[in-house]
Amino acid sequence: MSPQQFREIAWNGLWKQNTGLAQLLGLCPILAVSTSMVNAVSLGLATILVMALSNLAVSALRNFIPYEIRIPVFILIIAALTTVVDLSFNAFFHDLYLVLGIFIPLIVTNCIVLARVEAYAAKNDPLTSTVDGIMMGIGLVWVLAVLGGMRELLGAGTLFSGIEMILPGASAWNVFGDDYPGFLIAILPPGAFFALGVLIAAFNAINVRLAARARRRPPPAPTRTAEPEEDSAEPAAAS
Amino acid sequence: MSARYSATRTSLRTGAIMLLFTLVFTALMATTWDVTRPAIEASAQEAQRRLIDEVLPPGSYDNDLLADVVRFGPAPQIGMDDGGRVWRARKGGEPVALVVEGAATDGYAGRIALVVAVNTNGLLSGVRVTQHKETPGLGDYIDPKKDRRKDLPWIGQFAVATWKDVNTAEWTVRKDGGTFGYRTGATISARAVVRAAGRSTAFVVERMDALFAAPAGGVLGE
Repeated sequence: MSPQQFREIAWNGLWKQNTGLAQLLGLCPILAVSTSMVNAVSLGLATILVMALSNLAVSALRNFIPYEIRIPVFILIIAALTTVVDLSFNAFFHDLYLVLGIFIPLIVTNCIVLARVEAYAAKNDPLTSTVDGIMMGIGLVWVLAVLGGMRELLGAGTLFSGIEMILPGASAWNVFGDDYPGFLIAILPPGAFFALGVLIAAFNAINVRLAARARRRPPPAPTRTAEPEEDSAEPAAAS
Repeated sequence: MSARYSATRTSLRTGAIMLLFTLVFTALMATTWDVTRPAIEASAQEAQRRLIDEVLPPGSYDNDLLADVVRFGPAPQIGMDDGGRVWRARKGGEPVALVVEGAATDGYAGRIALVVAVNTNGLLSGVRVTQHKETPGLGDYIDPKKDRRKDLPWIGQFAVATWKDVNTAEWTVRKDGGTFGYRTGATISARAVVRAAGRSTAFVVERMDALFAAPAGGVLGE
């Protein structure tokens, strides 16, 4: 895998084809778990693992899977790997499992996993497929973190509540003090749609500006068409 | 026209491949389950012990609490429609306390599972929520891990409650004329837990002698 190829996969996963903002896949778990930042990021981390593993497995087996039955086989592979991850976490990382455990079975229902397997891993070699799974997962994690952070801050006035389950001794940050009355709708399901709508609007606005900036520039040399993307890759990775 | 590509042959071949994939991945899951089972069971046992330690001081009894268990039949009044378990704490063979499973069915979002520890003198030793789906950041302060007040968690107020001192009508939140506090804006979860804790305590206090007399591992006859 060339550095150029790696950059392209990373840029697609983190920004351009972001699962939460551009592909809009797997919305059900995104909306369900983004009630707090720690919950949201925890599910995201578990999803990265399953996406990387299922992309790797499907990519390695892609020449043995008949086209007609590829979807049932993909689902079988994803479900089996999710079960293996679930059981292994429970047995070997029990403390982490107590935090992530309830989310892991939900990953099977996340259509983004199947979407990447079908659209990418079934056509590419194992290494790039694994990287694609990881990058798509990281793209999902940062969107979940921002979404969870927005909802938790507005709804409960805190950030990082539940962090002590992952880092014992750490405690939630009471941003608005103990007297914050709470804003229930941010935590209930409608709040998830409002917050996601705001995020997608911001994402589209930034894309419009990026495109405008790219147009104002002198046209890049024919061999280096990816140049405008390189510049803007930094803010995406930093968020 | 080659017979190799007839519909029947293709179906059979595809079916066989699907079967093969199913077998391989089922074997993978079965193996993982087999390998991880001892560790998972050990952690479940450990989690149970830690939970009981939170409601009952570990030094207050000296028997093997987890083994000294009695089952009871269906008890809808404490939310245990399929029955539940009572662990018995003894010191030097003398009864000390009972830890009972209970549940609230009138929470904001589904069942709230509890364990309640009651001393033989009717004094509550502690209450813990073991499972709930109350709104995160709002009603979930009933679980001390999610409670924002770490110094004085809401669930801690049960440690000083006595069944004899508080009569049945007062086993609810102050808003309803009861004895127990709640957090503004999220009364339903607190009310459900307080009432369920009260009912579970009554359930145990009324059957104290029978519960201690039943054989370990047996079922309470009623």
